[in-house]
Amino acid sequence: MSVVIEQPRSPRSRKAANWEKYGWMYMRASGAILVILIFGHLFTNLWVGEGIHAIDFAFVGGKWSNPFWQVWDGLMLWLALIHGTNGMRTIVNDYTSREGVRKALTFALWGICAVLIVLGTLVIFTFDPCPANGLAANLPSFCPAR
Amino acid sequence: MATEFEELGAVPSFTVTLFVRRYNPEDGQEARWQDFDVQVHGTDRVLDALHKIKWEMDGSLTFRRSCAHGVCGSDAMRINGRNRLACKTLIKDLDITQPIFVEPIKGLEVEKDLVVDMNPFYQAYRDIKPFLIASDKPEKERLQSAADHAKFEDTTKCILCAACTTSCPVFWTDGQYFGPAAIVNAHRFIFDSRDEAAEVRIDILNDKEGVWRCRTTFNCTEACPRGIEVTKAIAEVKQAILRGKP
Repeated sequence: MSVVIEQPRSPRSRKAANWEKYGWMYMRASGAILVILIFGHLFTNLWVGEGIHAIDFAFVGGKWSNPFWQVWDGLMLWLALIHGTNGMRTIVNDYTSREGVRKALTFALWGICAVLIVLGTLVIFTFDPCPANGLAANLPSFCPAR
Repeated sequence: MATEFEELGAVPSFTVTLFVRRYNPEDGQEARWQDFDVQVHGTDRVLDALHKIKWEMDGSLTFRRSCAHGVCGSDAMRINGRNRLACKTLIKDLDITQPIFVEPIKGLEVEKDLVVDMNPFYQAYRDIKPFLIASDKPEKERLQSAADHAKFEDTTKCILCAACTTSCPVFWTDGQYFGPAAIVNAHRFIFDSRDEAAEVRIDILNDKEGVWRCRTTFNCTEACPRGIEVTKAIAEVKQAILRGKP
């Protein structure tokens, strides 16, 4: 007579989507892209032409009237904020021992991240250095209304 | 004449001060440092100094050791702030002008003096199924090419001393992380061509507390008394998870 022995510890059932894996991949991908975006940003702002002396309101206004720099800065904003917030989340996971504190801090982090992304994106894509209804005295010197 | 001959053959000896972290759960006191002045030889290891303390000075000193030759992995401890095996650390290689600090490995609960509760460490090891899983009956040798063996040869060297896992800052935080040693031993089977359950182990380590918590600080690689490239092994497991196969 043979005895049927059960498989020891049958494989665990597949869990729901695991975000840690995607988080890890995001950190690497965004990190690599950010290196290019940030050094490109520093190069154009601090090096090219007059370098740092060229930076003023008009310089920023000029950049944000160009769709290329709008997309560049928008990408930099989204990638960097999510990258940084995810990094902070990792630190929160490391240093909090109570589940409630961990949840609250993580929630606060992503909340702040979302607000900053929305505000930043709005500024980049709706920026108008010469608003039509602006008080003439407050407008920069290059605006036609002045 | 006789004394001259003795001096010729004698191993130089010197006195070192050892600060040993003492803790006794029964005396109600906090863990504390206790210092011992020990006469040792140039060929002595930290383990020999601990033996001398236990056998000649204070029999209550408690620590684990078994083979005393770097194979069993019982006597991992934190010596001068680094995880090492007491039986593989020569005293003369340390800075003996300063006291030598010996304390239990971090991140596991201290039971007494240098002895820690290894069960959470072993549990993580058990969780990755550290045994060959194959569907065919073991009726003949399972052959393997040298090239296939080379893929995981490094990780077969693990002696489960816990020096790597207890040097890992992520493991120190809450002890939930699987830890380098468990991942190293998973690596040993994931990349073994004779094993058929790589996907199972990959699934286990693709966990919230799995390989993704590794922050590549390389503490584990530096701590390993067997010279296993632990961080590299963890990175290879990460790659295997991304591929979904070894």
